[in-house]
Amino acid sequence: MKPDMTVNLAGLELRNPVMTASGTFGYGREFADYVDLEKIGAFVTKGLSLKPRPGNPTPRIVETPGGMLNAIGLQNVGIEAFIAEKVPFLARVNTPAIVNFFGSTPEEYAELAGRLDEIPQVAGLEVNISCPNVKQGGIVFGTDPACAGQVVAACRRATKKPLIVKLSPNVTDVVVMAQACADAGADALSLINTLTGMAIDLKSRKPVLANITGGLSGPAIKPVALRMVWQVSRAVQVPLIGIGGITSATDALEFILAGASAVQVGTASFITPSASQEIAQGMERWLEEHGVARVSDLVGALEC
Amino acid sequence: MQFTSMVLSNAEVSPGYHRMRLTAPPEFAAARAGQFVMVRVGGGIDPLLRRPFGIFDLSTHTPLHDGAVSQPCFEMLYRVVGKGTALLSTLHATDRLDVLGPLGTGFDLGTPGAEKLLVGGGVGLAPLYLLARHLVQQSPVRLFAGGRTRDDILCITEFERLGVECYVATEDGSLGECGLVTEALVSRLEQLEGGAELFACGPHPMLKAVAAIAAYHAIPCQVSLEGYMACGVGACLGCVTPGHGHTAETPDYRCVCKEGPVFPAHELGWEE
Repeated sequence: MKPDMTVNLAGLELRNPVMTASGTFGYGREFADYVDLEKIGAFVTKGLSLKPRPGNPTPRIVETPGGMLNAIGLQNVGIEAFIAEKVPFLARVNTPAIVNFFGSTPEEYAELAGRLDEIPQVAGLEVNISCPNVKQGGIVFGTDPACAGQVVAACRRATKKPLIVKLSPNVTDVVVMAQACADAGADALSLINTLTGMAIDLKSRKPVLANITGGLSGPAIKPVALRMVWQVSRAVQVPLIGIGGITSATDALEFILAGASAVQVGTASFITPSASQEIAQGMERWLEEHGVARVSDLVGALEC
Repeated sequence: MQFTSMVLSNAEVSPGYHRMRLTAPPEFAAARAGQFVMVRVGGGIDPLLRRPFGIFDLSTHTPLHDGAVSQPCFEMLYRVVGKGTALLSTLHATDRLDVLGPLGTGFDLGTPGAEKLLVGGGVGLAPLYLLARHLVQQSPVRLFAGGRTRDDILCITEFERLGVECYVATEDGSLGECGLVTEALVSRLEQLEGGAELFACGPHPMLKAVAAIAAYHAIPCQVSLEGYMACGVGACLGCVTPGHGHTAETPDYRCVCKEGPVFPAHELGWEE
């Protein structure tokens, strides 16, 4: 018997729990030659704003051991171009597309949520309150529980679609943030976004990134992400999406055990474009080999 | 496409520079000059990201054993600069590598018959060799190769074998003219009566100088850029470079991996 890999995530029916993470998968089309999108649970598109955003100056990325730092700065095409140029592709793929978005005020967040709510090809929304690389629209809302709650509540009023909130690890207590977002109407929480870090070029005595600091992703952050998923899963009732350094089926299953109902694969897609698909297949094989009937049986099944 | 490639050879061609020959699937034979590959070096997490390399040459490999089937192969010319390239330099024939490619937009071959002037600095010669092979079929081709020392002047004999006239300049005078390669380029352009077309790859200051020369002489110029890349397919937006209209107030970024790495020089911003 093939294990049941399906997941119901805040009303979204996913064929399996593996999604791709925002900012690492473009608008879906960029990787379509390398991944069978219909073999993954869902994909999350690049953070979207009302107006197009140019992003930060270069250099924007640098590799560090076990990870990479990025300071892209939420470069994106804006909602109008998204509707005109990107949505037609979403319609051609039989996989839920979740749109990650952000604004610079709660009103802007709500306006975007409302615009996205009208697009049938958009299966769900992921509210970005956790980008470490921009001041407005990113981390300011993700580090203050009251602000986060305000943004989420405004989005909640503007959409009936599943509403996911992506949390930052750059806070004193992630559980407080998680609770504030859940209380304000989030259907699910994604965690974690990148950890703020920096890299220095000793020769020039300068920071490597033009933005000075960037967001650390990749295998290096997995233990932090696992810990946060575990902490939040014990405190809030909404489903969680685990993100952070997932490069294998084993990594993904560890997040499920820690309490995540689904996972997002980010940096690993840069290294192996088909990583998300391979992780989904690997998870299914593992369940089969270990006689686990449903992937949902493992959610939060950590023994400690 | 993504494929597993077998190393056929990996030799040091000059101190610090290696030339690696690798097998490729049949579809790879359609790769264009100026396109690149992303290579996974090692199977672990350090180095984590793939490394981009220009395609130096395309050919066919026929194994020596009986009944062997020929298959395309390609070559990369690389300089050992960090952990990834140091690891790459230790590989031997029959070792395997995970390759993504061919990626990006290659060179436009320009107008047949018009003189083609190729300008390369150090490892920037890498994508110019395959380009030269295509161009010599339709136009006279001259190469201007520059470097700090003679060690940075790579594979000139191969260019000469194609019938390319080569000019060499080194900053320390250890080979060819002493000085910058762009000085030799300017001399040639002053001799030329008709138009010429420029193709350049190398360090950013060299490309900036070549772009300025092309603008002054009002001749077409294509440059191949390097970029810090994570994905190589236009998803991460890590490798962008300022476009012609770029200012801090009106940002205009172009994606090196997807829109490039080859750009018409006049489309880029050279102010920085």
